[in-house]
Amino acid sequence: MNGKNPKKLKSNNYGKYGYFFILPFLIVYLLFSLWPLLSTFYYSFFEYITRNLKTTISWTGLNNYINILGLGGDKAYFLKYLGNTLRIWIFNFIPQVLLALLIAAWLTDSRVRMKRGGLYKVMVYMPNIITAASISLLFYALLSKFGPIISTLKDWGWLAADADIMTSKWGTSLTLSFILFWMWYGNSTLLLIAGMLGINPSLYEAADIDGANGFNKFFHVTLPLLKPVLLYVLITSIIGGLQLYDIPALFNTSTGGGLLGLPDDTSTTAAMYIMRLHSSDTGRAAAVSVLLFIITLIISLVFFRLFRDSDEYKQAKKGRRGKKSALTSGKGGAQA
Amino acid sequence: MKEASNAPAITDKAVLRSKIIRAFVLIFLCLLSLLPFYLMFVNSTRASNDIKAGISFMFGSQLQENLANFASKQVGLGVTVLQSMLNSFTVALPATLLSVYFSALTAYGIHVYNFKLKHFAWGFILAVMMVPTQVFAIGFYKFMIQLDLIDTYWPLIIPAITTPAVVFFMRQYLRGSLPLEIIEAARIDGSGEFHTFNTIVIPMMKPAIATQAIFQFVASWNNLFMPSLIINSSNKKTLTMFVQMLTAESFKTDYGIVFVGLAITILPMFLMYFLLSKYIVAGVALGGVKE
Repeated sequence: MNGKNPKKLKSNNYGKYGYFFILPFLIVYLLFSLWPLLSTFYYSFFEYITRNLKTTISWTGLNNYINILGLGGDKAYFLKYLGNTLRIWIFNFIPQVLLALLIAAWLTDSRVRMKRGGLYKVMVYMPNIITAASISLLFYALLSKFGPIISTLKDWGWLAADADIMTSKWGTSLTLSFILFWMWYGNSTLLLIAGMLGINPSLYEAADIDGANGFNKFFHVTLPLLKPVLLYVLITSIIGGLQLYDIPALFNTSTGGGLLGLPDDTSTTAAMYIMRLHSSDTGRAAAVSVLLFIITLIISLVFFRLFRDSDEYKQAKKGRRGKKSALTSGKGGAQA
Repeated sequence: MKEASNAPAITDKAVLRSKIIRAFVLIFLCLLSLLPFYLMFVNSTRASNDIKAGISFMFGSQLQENLANFASKQVGLGVTVLQSMLNSFTVALPATLLSVYFSALTAYGIHVYNFKLKHFAWGFILAVMMVPTQVFAIGFYKFMIQLDLIDTYWPLIIPAITTPAVVFFMRQYLRGSLPLEIIEAARIDGSGEFHTFNTIVIPMMKPAIATQAIFQFVASWNNLFMPSLIINSSNKKTLTMFVQMLTAESFKTDYGIVFVGLAITILPMFLMYFLLSKYIVAGVALGGVKE
């Protein structure tokens, strides 16, 4: 995996320096990530009640979990907010990956060569870099009841005079999906382009000789070989999607504070729930975090399983080089 | 079979036709990327009532009024937009430097040396790459209270030392571009291990460091969740927290103010992107690191 030289170095007994080099990372990770993660588990078993600026903390077992899952008489807030999060995510992801596949296929098509491909890449990726918080408020200002776009659509008679995205559950939800889609499809496109450029051109030549057309080549050569990159895009998107915070937190929220996603709590995400509770009801916020962690873990494990399978497949095919290139292609298809 | 036999006989005309259709769609998407920002800049020069009346593609004449109104209104927020930008910069710059330096250090340590826990350490870094911040935010918040670091920038800067995705990227880079003979040669010349890393390896890693630095800076600059958790004082608020304050009802009454405020908050990233877009786009394709 590391070439032949490390063996030579080993004989000089430099190996121990490896510990010094990775020590800062490990110490800071243990203190600022792993310890907080473990203590989050711990806090999730306690009840925090604040009265007259005094917080009493008492062991409550699994009650926080029971409450946020709606098993203890409370509303199932966690499930509700997880549902909101996933609803917003899925309507962003499906069009995102379809459009990204199309654009990536177009920009890597050797038959129909597009000029200025670089410029297109720069333009479609741009929204991804701009501060999400600002973008969210920008869309709100353009699309709110008195926003210029809505007013113009009403003038043209395309929208009813009393139409208001911000009081409609699906209006708000789909607009949030659109903002995410608009911010992220460029990123997916660039990853898929890198993946497509990594596919051996001789496979397409062989397909040409067999008389395959563009569709055949796309579905029988490109898509199967793109599987690791597609999985990577899917997994990073869903793990990022589960954390969704900036955009819904600034888009259509109650002005009285409390991070309530309007209308009627239908655009509140799980991360907004954590932020809402973090100082007032630490135990419950911790329980939300733990459940999010477990979901993320399950998704990651499923991913690594699927990924390992395709990894082995590649190794079998490519022999010694397989391991290395499968790893790089998993990380966005870079064939560095 | 019939379909297949048609395939190679594609006429120039068909190629031209798909070229035109594709160019049309791609240009539409480019305009879609620009449109919200264009409308934002236009609206920042229009009066609130004009904005509410509908969209316009022509710049107005109210920029100065909007700026003046914005300037007087932001007084009530306890922090100005420029101060919040400076605050964001104060966080993002050291966080970026720590992130790329220590990630390079960690990646180098794992790449070059053979030690017992090498594979374990690498597996650990790969495993934690996917762990999102939100899942340990509560423990982190409580820990920062115990350390008395709430309302300081340290909790936003120090954890940048551990950015597993950047370590991953740096190791991929080292695999492709660091000849171990150079390290051997430096040893023969009597160079210490850390000295070799700082004076020989770091300069060789410049391209990787520059790319990752851009992404880390953007990630830190755009972060809202962590600063919201840690920062309380108005005058310490970061740019994203400033934007959040613009959502208040008092701002929503005057759209000119909202748009001019947004334009100011977006401008730095906008300029940076168009200056560095070449490197950014290439960096994404190399497995760009987000979040």
